[in-house]
Amino acid sequence: MSLSLQFVPYNEIESLGSARRVHKLLDIVKQDKVVVLQGRLKKEEEKDLIEITMENIDNKFKGVELAVIDEEGKDLEFLDKLKSDFFNLLLGDRSGFTIIGPSTVVKEIRRNPNKIELLTESKRKRK
Amino acid sequence: MYQLMKQFISKVFRDLFRRKKHIKLGLYGPPNAGKTTLANRICKDWLGEEMGAVSNIAHETREIQIKEEVHIKSNGRELTFNLVDTPGIATKIDYEDFMKAGLDEKEAKQRAKEATKGVIDSIKWLDEMDTVVVVLDGTKDPYSQVNITIIGNLQARNIPVLIVANKVDLKKASVKKVQSAFPQYEVIGISAKYGKNIDEFYEGLFALVG
Repeated sequence: MSLSLQFVPYNEIESLGSARRVHKLLDIVKQDKVVVLQGRLKKEEEKDLIEITMENIDNKFKGVELAVIDEEGKDLEFLDKLKSDFFNLLLGDRSGFTIIGPSTVVKEIRRNPNKIELLTESKRKRK
Repeated sequence: MYQLMKQFISKVFRDLFRRKKHIKLGLYGPPNAGKTTLANRICKDWLGEEMGAVSNIAHETREIQIKEEVHIKSNGRELTFNLVDTPGIATKIDYEDFMKAGLDEKEAKQRAKEATKGVIDSIKWLDEMDTVVVVLDGTKDPYSQVNITIIGNLQARNIPVLIVANKVDLKKASVKKVQSAFPQYEVIGISAKYGKNIDEFYEGLFALVG
């Protein structure tokens, strides 16, 4: 089966409020595309994404698979961490990537701090 | 600024509750990690009765359940809390999975509908908690984004967290793996079903809220 990925640069969501960010990303996912977002959402927005996903679930849209790959797990020096937090506060968190796929397409995202594996659903199983 | 003010006010309120030793203790985690099994274990140990039904089919708990005034004692210390068992947080719910587990289509669709509402309720209740025990299935990959999002949001709210790696009675379980995924938290390996390491868990609770 073919897998459709849509890259979303951070500046495309930068000026949007939290709710609109989440809706924009979910709208893409609901078109059966896998979003590859530059950077990551705020923790509160990740929570909102789950909440809004649940509100959208019906017989066709069954939810999302979600993973973030970033440097959070890495041991940064105190000054580097401070610098990184400062820039994130000013410019938004552009480091790493966020992957959001429809669960009817992406069966599982296996993640460890440095690697992501996307396991897709076989097409004949999809309804 | 608003966020900082909000965090400060919620911290003051939490501290007030903590002083009263009458906290709201939430059990959070993904579906089928054993939250209700742990809630039942706590209630059986200290109240002599169970709290809720458990099942192998995911999303058995679809409503917030509260057991008030659970009083526990350990080494001369006492703690009273309201225990809040929450529906498992997930990013996907497919009624067909419930059908594969043996439910008919109508039941499966109803369960899926209730489960989605349950996830939303769990998320909304995050702000109500004074302390949270995150219950993870020790046999599963701890790096799931649901786990990271739950713990990240608790951290952002300054809510004290204890992580439990459940199901250590199973060979596949790895407390070490859970600990390495969340090195900044204390992780206690337990079997809620068989009561393994449950005293360490209670000690961990006292250490968390004491």
